[in-house]
Amino acid sequence: MSAIDLASEFLGIRSPNPFWLASAPPTDKAYNVNRAFEAGWGGVVWKTLGEDPPIVNVSGPRYGAIHSNDRRVIGFNNVELITDRPLETNLKEIRQVKRDWPDRALVVSVMLPMNREAWARYVPMIEDTGADALELNFGCPHGMSERGMGSAVGQVPEYIQQTTEWCKSVARVPVIIKLTPNVTNILGPAKAAKEGGADAVSLINTLNSIMRVDYDTLTMYPATDGKGSHGGYCGPAVKPIALHMVAEIARNPATRGLPISGIGGVSDWRDAVDFLALGASNVQVCTAAMVYGFKIIDDLTSGLSHFLRDKGMQGVADLVGRAVPSVTDWQYLNLNYVVKARIDQDLCIKCGRCHIVCEDASHQAITHTVNGERRFEVIDAECVGCNLCVSVCPVVDCITMERLTGGVDTRTGRAIDETKQDWTTHPNNPMRRPAG
Amino acid sequence: MPPPEIAPGRLSPAEIERNFADLHPPLSKSEALIAADRCYFCFAAPCTTACPTGIDIPRFIQSIRSDDIEGAAYAILSENIMGGMCARVCPTEVLCEEACVRNVHEDKPVDIGLLQRFATDPILEAGTQLFERAAPTGRRIAVVGGGPAALSCAHRLACLGHGVTIYCRDGKLAGLNEYGIAAYKAVDDFAQREASYILSIGGIEVRTDVALGRELSLDSLRRGYDAVFLAIGLSGVNRLGIESEDMDGVIDAVRYIAELRQAADKSRLPVGRRVVVIGGGMTAIDVAVQSRLLGAEDVTIVYRRGREQMGASRYEQELAQADGVLVKHWARPARILGEARVAGVEFECTREGADGRLEGKGEFFTLPADVVFKAVGQEFSVDGANGANPALRMENGRIAVDAERRTSIENVWAGGDCAKGGKDLTVVAVQDGKLAAQSIDHYLRQRQ
Repeated sequence: MSAIDLASEFLGIRSPNPFWLASAPPTDKAYNVNRAFEAGWGGVVWKTLGEDPPIVNVSGPRYGAIHSNDRRVIGFNNVELITDRPLETNLKEIRQVKRDWPDRALVVSVMLPMNREAWARYVPMIEDTGADALELNFGCPHGMSERGMGSAVGQVPEYIQQTTEWCKSVARVPVIIKLTPNVTNILGPAKAAKEGGADAVSLINTLNSIMRVDYDTLTMYPATDGKGSHGGYCGPAVKPIALHMVAEIARNPATRGLPISGIGGVSDWRDAVDFLALGASNVQVCTAAMVYGFKIIDDLTSGLSHFLRDKGMQGVADLVGRAVPSVTDWQYLNLNYVVKARIDQDLCIKCGRCHIVCEDASHQAITHTVNGERRFEVIDAECVGCNLCVSVCPVVDCITMERLTGGVDTRTGRAIDETKQDWTTHPNNPMRRPAG
Repeated sequence: MPPPEIAPGRLSPAEIERNFADLHPPLSKSEALIAADRCYFCFAAPCTTACPTGIDIPRFIQSIRSDDIEGAAYAILSENIMGGMCARVCPTEVLCEEACVRNVHEDKPVDIGLLQRFATDPILEAGTQLFERAAPTGRRIAVVGGGPAALSCAHRLACLGHGVTIYCRDGKLAGLNEYGIAAYKAVDDFAQREASYILSIGGIEVRTDVALGRELSLDSLRRGYDAVFLAIGLSGVNRLGIESEDMDGVIDAVRYIAELRQAADKSRLPVGRRVVVIGGGMTAIDVAVQSRLLGAEDVTIVYRRGREQMGASRYEQELAQADGVLVKHWARPARILGEARVAGVEFECTREGADGRLEGKGEFFTLPADVVFKAVGQEFSVDGANGANPALRMENGRIAVDAERRTSIENVWAGGDCAKGGKDLTVVAVQDGKLAAQSIDHYLRQRQ
């Protein structure tokens, strides 16, 4: 069977696939971007431009990583600032790259001070390169935020709205607002961007983070001359945080319909499916490209194409937002829905981890010995269906959760009720609404 | 003057050095972290249950993961003070690694033995003392023997504050670790380095070249010490029980291996061209493989029963075969052939009779040989303990002991190969010594 065409359109910007490289070191200059396009990336967001003179980066370490024992990078952070090259150099290269790769998306990230004049001056200069869109960097949590930019803007909805308005008043190309996750509720910033006239949001930027200490010197690690500064955290570890924020924007009435470019820990095609199904229209990737190189695009496109084909979908658009209706508030979860863990004894390797976690951390609902034999069985009368055993079992599909559809839940002694009841009408809820 | 078929230097010294290098090179740190990551941290871990000394294996592997090597080593050595040697010589494929649940779904256990070595080598290398002696009790215990059971018992007793005197028959400590196991399993004088580490706890006096029944008697030891631990091993060698088995060229494998282990220059050891090994245990495998590594051309192990009944594990059998040793099953020696020197062995084919007993099939074949190794097991030689009053109770040819390794005589304990239940494994001997020390300590404290 032939593969599905991954052609993508975001704000009218066409790209051969929905995978863009996020604004970051891999998109800092023509050399890297040309290599990325040769490798097959659908688009790039050029590393953030700022006012001249260019900023200065530390010459100490910029990156830190959390590794698995086999040295896979699980989490990653950085203290690199926006581009440290002269504006003119970047603009010249952007112009040439767009000319050389007309079928790819080329968005330019920009960070400017909080004043109208700056936007009025620089936006036309950037647009003159032929770039497809602007992405306003309201996200970087380190360095630039100390100078009143980056996340210092993104953490104050009024600043987001104001700056967006200044930019939109002069911009002819679409404007994407890149949001910081270093806020208590992402909806405030997202609403402000929308109010300010943003065409789309992209999220998440990186999270405030300290990786660890150096166990010899007992100083922060990594450090420059004995001192470190918090950096921006990214990589596979942050994906769940990003997915939540994307889904919140996608499902909230005030922000629903605002196009989203999803960012945060995309490493393989399944991560992309997560973002797209939860409401992003495309995805941006940085860490995976930084730690494996541009070649990972092959797995992203091949895997997504096969997935869409297997699901009978015609293209990326069919997937976008598919899981959004399944995201709700806790109060609407069906409290009459009962599951019990089921252990497939043929697959069980008898490691006993399900038993010990249930014993120590949950509900004492898994045996360790049955008739004198080492055997792990679920005690339905104790099992609350929490999924902890599924989470720790080393064998895929060995433990599954099975819904009870009739009879009695032996834990509660109550008959299974197939009607739905959530917290809003539950008798224990003092604020309950009348059922109906 | 041996015939030309038996000659030293069949291989160059460089080839021999290569052949006798570490069988399993140690893990690098990267390898150890990846291997450690495969441990599932099982509940009531089957590997720990399978370990005769009960090392908490998931616990020490977790410490390797977190780079606390001293914590890992303590978890190992506090249960098994010879964890370093056991990491090298344990048949892990039938102990901890056989029990590993990883076998169930991927047929590849966690490399427990190699990880144990990774954790213990640096501690022994640096001589890091992980144990502290309790306040002196003033009690003195005689430990007879210098092998794993004796050293284990002595160490635990010393930790508990008792004074220990080790009486060792040989010139060096460590017993079969020094004189018995294959050279490529414990390179770089490891047995002696480990013995030194064990003694470094303090409170252990060592007297070598003294033997029970020679310079010592059990009765005098009982009178001179608060307690006695016997760990005197198996000094007798089983006989084939056939014609001409004392002929020139028919050699006791245990003795040959001891010579090999003590040889300063292995290229000067005489080696046969055609070697026949009779037996099916670890000693048979070790002498066969080492003969090959020294340059013997044809080495054949002949065992009277089948592959499954061999004392050597499947892994050890495969190791021998990979080294070019031919293993023949279901045949027993009928007659040693030769005039003044051995020239070959006549074997009779065997089968298991209806009652499970071995029986000859009346079919014979002959293997030519310059050297024949007897490796049909050792027996307990009761000589040393003879004449004790009261007499030591024996069971199946070994010293009878209870679960605490107490013998039939008050204040005498026994362990290791000489005691009932001994499995001819270092790890079992270490456990015997540990249990006996705990029992002795309990006994002495009750009598205060």
